[in-house]
Amino acid sequence: MEHYLNIFIKSIFIDNMIFAFFLGMCSFLAVSKNVKTAIGLGVAVIFVLLITVPVNFLVEKYVLKGGALSWLGAGFSDVDLSFLTFMVFIAVIAAIVQLVEMVVEKFSPSLYNSLGIFLPLIAVNCAILGAALFMQEREYENVLEATVFGVGSGVGWMLAIVGLAAIREKMSYSNVPAPLKGLGITFILTGLMAIAFMGFMGIKL
Amino acid sequence: MSNHEKEPMFSAKNLKFLTAPMADNNPITVQVLGICSALAVTVKLKPAIVMALSVTIITAVSNLVISAMRKYIPDRIRIIVQLVVIATMVILVDQLLKAFMFDVSKQLSVFVGLIITNCILMGRLEAFAMANKPWPSFIDGLGNGAGYGMILIVVAFVRELFGSGTIYGVPVMEKIGAYKTGYENNGMIILPPMALILVGLIIWIHRSRNKSLIEK
Repeated sequence: MEHYLNIFIKSIFIDNMIFAFFLGMCSFLAVSKNVKTAIGLGVAVIFVLLITVPVNFLVEKYVLKGGALSWLGAGFSDVDLSFLTFMVFIAVIAAIVQLVEMVVEKFSPSLYNSLGIFLPLIAVNCAILGAALFMQEREYENVLEATVFGVGSGVGWMLAIVGLAAIREKMSYSNVPAPLKGLGITFILTGLMAIAFMGFMGIKL
Repeated sequence: MSNHEKEPMFSAKNLKFLTAPMADNNPITVQVLGICSALAVTVKLKPAIVMALSVTIITAVSNLVISAMRKYIPDRIRIIVQLVVIATMVILVDQLLKAFMFDVSKQLSVFVGLIITNCILMGRLEAFAMANKPWPSFIDGLGNGAGYGMILIVVAFVRELFGSGTIYGVPVMEKIGAYKTGYENNGMIILPPMALILVGLIIWIHRSRNKSLIEK
């Protein structure tokens, strides 16, 4: 149990998607103008990561890895499809996002309306594919570890975007030099937030 | 074939597609596309250059392919089609890097794969290639890739020079005797947050030279 908690905390704070790896920056910068939409997008990202990371883990384990297809029969034991990783992962993500969109639309129209255009956009959010690729690189042992890692990364991402949105709302009262307004100051703010998050780096879990 | 005059390959209009992304319409500092990978690979100059070249080639070729197919792609599934084309190109580049530049490929780690979701690619495919002929699309891809690469290389140059005292692996600071005068490498600049702050500063300089880009 403690082991899973460690992965969870680590993926939120130490390996934060945004502040340590800069993943999902595009939507992070574009959708952080106010807290409400930032929360909406954050929830959508957690939701999609919760589903795609374990699915991609299973795909990796039973289809893509060298020798992973041996459950089909002895003849398949030396098949290595790992060069297809990118294609399969992105296809799985795009398909799941589409599916999640349809399911949410059917069963919870209110959630669907509040997530709005963010859901389809998430398919091309680097944080989702990034989580899948990190999941592969760090070689998690079972589905539960991968799921915990996925959710943790999502929570970390949401924490970052909501934090930035809150700061940007306050920023509108400050006197920023004109050429630095908007994008420039947002970059510098993110940099400062990232420096703050580096304080977590020394923690060994 | 057609009654209107054939446009020369490097007409002024086409050249503009190439140069605009390098200045007024830079993908990173103005369009805010493709930032994710831009920051993580800029600690050293070499991976940054490899990344810039890969992205330029992939953007140009996938723009070309999608533009050539644009009339046959059903509107509803175009995202999947675009992703497949991009993913194919990325797999090719990734396998080439693994075969010929293994050390760089290790340094770039997951970021080669993340070119797939680099917003520059999807952004240019959606905004340009779906509505234009193959040749201008190809040029547009080259231009945007180059504009992206330019920022990458500037950031990597500054970070490598002041962070590690080298340029492309050559120990410049040591050769000019900077260490003897008490100079120290700035360890801070190698850390990820400094990449963000550097890009912020580039934006600042860019916009103070070009007032029309200033946001309200």
